[in-house]
Amino acid sequence: MSADAPLLVVKDLTVSFRSDEGLVRAVGGVSFAVEQREIVGVVGESGSGKSQTLLAIMGLIDSPNAIVSGSIRFMGQELIGLKRRALDAIRGRQIAMIFQDPMSALTPVHTVGNQIGEQVRAHEKVSAKAARARAVQLLDAVGIANPDRVVDGYPHQLSGGMRQRAVIAMALSCNPVLLVADEPTTALDVTVQAQILELIGRLRDQFGSAVILVTHDLGVVAEVADRVLVMYGGRFVEEGGKSSVFRAPLHPYTWGLFGSIPPMEGPRPARLAAIPGIPPSLSNLPKGCAFGPRCAFRHDACLVQLPIMRGESHRAACLLPEATRRQFAVQRPGGVEMQR
Amino acid sequence: MNAMPREQPLLRAGDLSKRYSVGRSIFPAQRRTVHAVDTVSLDIWPGETLGIVGESGCGKSTLGRCLVRLTEISSGSLEFEGRDITDASQRQLRPLRRQMQMVFQDPSASLNPRRRVGDLLADPFRIHERLSASEMADRVAELLRRVDLSPQHASRYPHEFSGGQRQRIGIARALALRPRLIVADEPVSALDVSIQAQIVNLLADLREEFNLTYVFIAHDLSVVRQISTRVAVMYLGSIVESGPTDEVFAAPRHHYTAALRSAVPIPSIDRARRGRLVLKGDLPSPMNPPSGCRFHTRCPAATPTCRSERPLLQSIGEGRLVACHHPAGG
Repeated sequence: MSADAPLLVVKDLTVSFRSDEGLVRAVGGVSFAVEQREIVGVVGESGSGKSQTLLAIMGLIDSPNAIVSGSIRFMGQELIGLKRRALDAIRGRQIAMIFQDPMSALTPVHTVGNQIGEQVRAHEKVSAKAARARAVQLLDAVGIANPDRVVDGYPHQLSGGMRQRAVIAMALSCNPVLLVADEPTTALDVTVQAQILELIGRLRDQFGSAVILVTHDLGVVAEVADRVLVMYGGRFVEEGGKSSVFRAPLHPYTWGLFGSIPPMEGPRPARLAAIPGIPPSLSNLPKGCAFGPRCAFRHDACLVQLPIMRGESHRAACLLPEATRRQFAVQRPGGVEMQR
Repeated sequence: MNAMPREQPLLRAGDLSKRYSVGRSIFPAQRRTVHAVDTVSLDIWPGETLGIVGESGCGKSTLGRCLVRLTEISSGSLEFEGRDITDASQRQLRPLRRQMQMVFQDPSASLNPRRRVGDLLADPFRIHERLSASEMADRVAELLRRVDLSPQHASRYPHEFSGGQRQRIGIARALALRPRLIVADEPVSALDVSIQAQIVNLLADLREEFNLTYVFIAHDLSVVRQISTRVAVMYLGSIVESGPTDEVFAAPRHHYTAALRSAVPIPSIDRARRGRLVLKGDLPSPMNPPSGCRFHTRCPAATPTCRSERPLLQSIGEGRLVACHHPAGG
């Protein structure tokens, strides 16, 4: 594998679940790549398929009713269909994951140091003493004060922010080249969130890790990501560099997301430019564009024809001609208002 | 502190405190007290929307529940339209319940899953008004329409609705008896961004239509800024700053407000982050709050005075109050 080949290449990934209501298609054929040392932000609301995409990458979808297809190549190696043992050599070591709720990743009955040490020793042959020293060092690296005391503490003795730091320390224990984070700051208070986001931004410099960060918060993406993927109804609707997506978003759903967020500065709008309606049910997706039923710009073709991602580096899946959409996207400081 | 001093506040809280004792121990020395709400004084004026912001554990939800007497208060006083309701019995409170309603964060937890939405919405009428079955059905249909649901929804169960729709039902129920005051505790924080905006718009419309007064409790600063006319910022059980929304957000005087505001990630890349103020450390435990100013352990402007003397919430003019020995930007 050459030095500048993408770290991760996902092609036509689909995740479906057999259920009583028929096939629920959580992820409907997504393709994307993550470069080395790149921070990719995946934005979407609940049910958009963003978490399932991450779980598929980690090989963590093991329900007998799940059907995962497509291709996930990590450093040239195909992950889909890989045996458990081969997968274990990769995850935790080269790809690590952090979750929204740090308590779900920590056991309450062992000290933080034991848990980090266990993780180190699962992948590397080192003594228990060396593993503990490593744990202290990692806790220090993620900005925990008094790491040599915290290392012997139990998770319940830590605050939410400290726990998330401890989980990140655990994830970093084997110097992963890819860190996969699912809403890592959603459960945290805003002042603590700011600290964790700074930390995630620093990881690339200190550890050289690429990061896939899944979030519902465009503000978080603006803060840390290099590239943005917007997901809706199990598919990507927009993809591009952070600055072009934030300056001139191309998909009506992205416009709606921006319009839904109240501004923190400047005049307050009398009403927010909310998106009408509710997200589609994954067991009963519309035939054409999944966003069609809620879109202010839909026309007849949108309800029957599935739009594909079009464009060069900044792409969107929308049937409206790009020139028209560029006209609609009125640029305003702090966001874009949905125009009707 | 109000432009029209002769007007009477709708609700007035004086030195309101709520203490919980924690740790069940037979040794009194080991029992400890948490000051969830610590001597909060607050006037809520008719027609205003008072936003209460703060991080988890700051006591904002407890304060909200105390304001409508859903939680018994430990000390202090509470007046509704000049009438002392501090010690009013449940029975005496009943007519007041028509006037003060609450909307909760998790609409699923506040709606009985075994009952149809129509029945849930008819409850307030059953308790407070004598209506015939057909009148009741009309009122329920009207309520559902008012929150942009359809009258047909009355025959469905809560689980058949999405989160946003369930919150609409929660709002409809609060609205049923045409209250004057609605205390909304994190009403949109469990919802997706696009649905959040719908509910914020709905609350603003209803406020206009029914002349409502809101206490809007939330941790999300941008949502509070959008809907509130005045804000109060809480830290470890006390209000550290309050004042008109635009002024407080544009030029916070308390260092905690400033830090909170600067910590909010803004969905824009054009605005280069002006010297971001990242607070060190975590929220101290409310069981063992710091001496003096509660914020001094994390405050960038703390001096020895702050460690020993607790600052009082004082007026700095233009309806603004701040509890700080060294206010910012002054």
